Amino acid sequence: MHYSWDFGFLWQYRTIIAIGLGYTVLYALGTILLGLIIGFAVGIARLARSPVVNYPLIAYIELFRCTPLLVQLIWFYYAFPVIVGLDIPAHVAAGLTLSLYTGAFYAEIIRGGVNSIERGQWDAARAIGMRRGQVMRRVILPQAVKRMIPPFMNQSITQLKNTSLVSTIAVSDLLYQGEIITATTYRPLEVYTTVAIIYFGVLFPLTLMAQLVERRLAESD
Amino acid sequence: MPADPMIAISELHKSFGALHVLKGITLTVPRGAVVALLGPSGSGKSTLLRCINLLETPDRGEVRVGAQRMAFGAGGQRMPRDRELAAFRARTGMVFQHFNLFPHMSVLGNVMEGPVTVSGAPRAEADRLARGLLDKVGLLDKADVYPQHLSGGQRQRVAIARALAMAPEVVLFDEVTSALDPELVGEVLAVIRQLAEEGMTMVIVTHEVAFAHEVADLVGFMSDGQIVEMGPPAQVLERPENPRTRAFLERFHSFIGSFGQRGAT
Repeated sequence: MHYSWDFGFLWQYRTIIAIGLGYTVLYALGTILLGLIIGFAVGIARLARSPVVNYPLIAYIELFRCTPLLVQLIWFYYAFPVIVGLDIPAHVAAGLTLSLYTGAFYAEIIRGGVNSIERGQWDAARAIGMRRGQVMRRVILPQAVKRMIPPFMNQSITQLKNTSLVSTIAVSDLLYQGEIITATTYRPLEVYTTVAIIYFGVLFPLTLMAQLVERRLAESD
Repeated sequence: MPADPMIAISELHKSFGALHVLKGITLTVPRGAVVALLGPSGSGKSTLLRCINLLETPDRGEVRVGAQRMAFGAGGQRMPRDRELAAFRARTGMVFQHFNLFPHMSVLGNVMEGPVTVSGAPRAEADRLARGLLDKVGLLDKADVYPQHLSGGQRQRVAIARALAMAPEVVLFDEVTSALDPELVGEVLAVIRQLAEEGMTMVIVTHEVAFAHEVADLVGFMSDGQIVEMGPPAQVLERPENPRTRAFLERFHSFIGSFGQRGAT
């Protein structure tokens, strides 16, 4: 099979690609931040052993962990507006869904990290008269955060790739821009190869950094 | 016995699910006295200690330490709030079998943590207090070291200093030498002995029968959630009246008879 590769034409689309990359990075950072806020609130609230608090939170977490992100996106964009009778712009649906999705994973990472700290640490802190909040802030979280960092980095790297799904609801991220270029040039092989290389170029240094951080953390134990 | 005891426990009950661990404990500890609690594992010794400083909330009964009193159960009392429990515990020191030092803080940081975070002491003052206590337990030179670089005996001495930093009225010791190598037991017992001489009120759960004999003013024997015998060491340890106490001590004596006495000096 013969195919003559030609990447040259992509140069004229550099602005479109750059805008796409910009959106991808923006969605990744924005939804990681928002997801972290959601995850922290939910993860900490899950520690209270009250079923009234816990059951709705478990429902949220499992709903988002056990359905495909693609389905969630489409549902939030097409079905949710019908239910609430309110138009939701694509970028809001995209941002919200991605944040809630990754927030569910963060919540479990945070809850797991806190629960991994030995019960004796609680005992010792409470025995010198600390209140719950003080125990959490001064004793449990400083230790737990160290254990949360590696899974948090993993989830966040996955999250950057997950943003590519927003292209299905016409948010102009990197993949969507690639589709636009393909539609006008009919050269999908070069376009998607380039898109893949850009994702790789962003994520590979980040995974290297994550490994470095992980090694540092292991040494400091 | 003075009229105003330091610890007064009455009719204390505690269950974990269907397991009735404490079955009506009544215990009075005079000011400045050392009480040693012996008994087989599962007899409720540790749970009793954890109820004295309210790490466990009793189901029923009354706990008084110094001027602080809390009643639980039947009378329709509300559950004490976190803030009240914390204030209660701050005056009641506790030392644990597994040390439970804060691994992310230096030795000095561990001892300063209570005064700074709980009492709001200025750092300079807490620093001075902590160094004084580390000196007392013989570990001033380890102030800037992290706990993982210490031996078990050293860790336990830091844990004692951390408890003392809150200037407690009472210190509770929960099998504090059970996790130590035999050769490290002595240094920890020496610190406890010194506290006893200074008149600290203490309740000590221990398996070191010889140490209990030497240091305790009163020895209590626990079995199946009750204190079945209580009295001066010479009486409880040498002439026990309760058959369960006798059986327990006989087993212990035959054990040290065959292996030689260890670590109790």
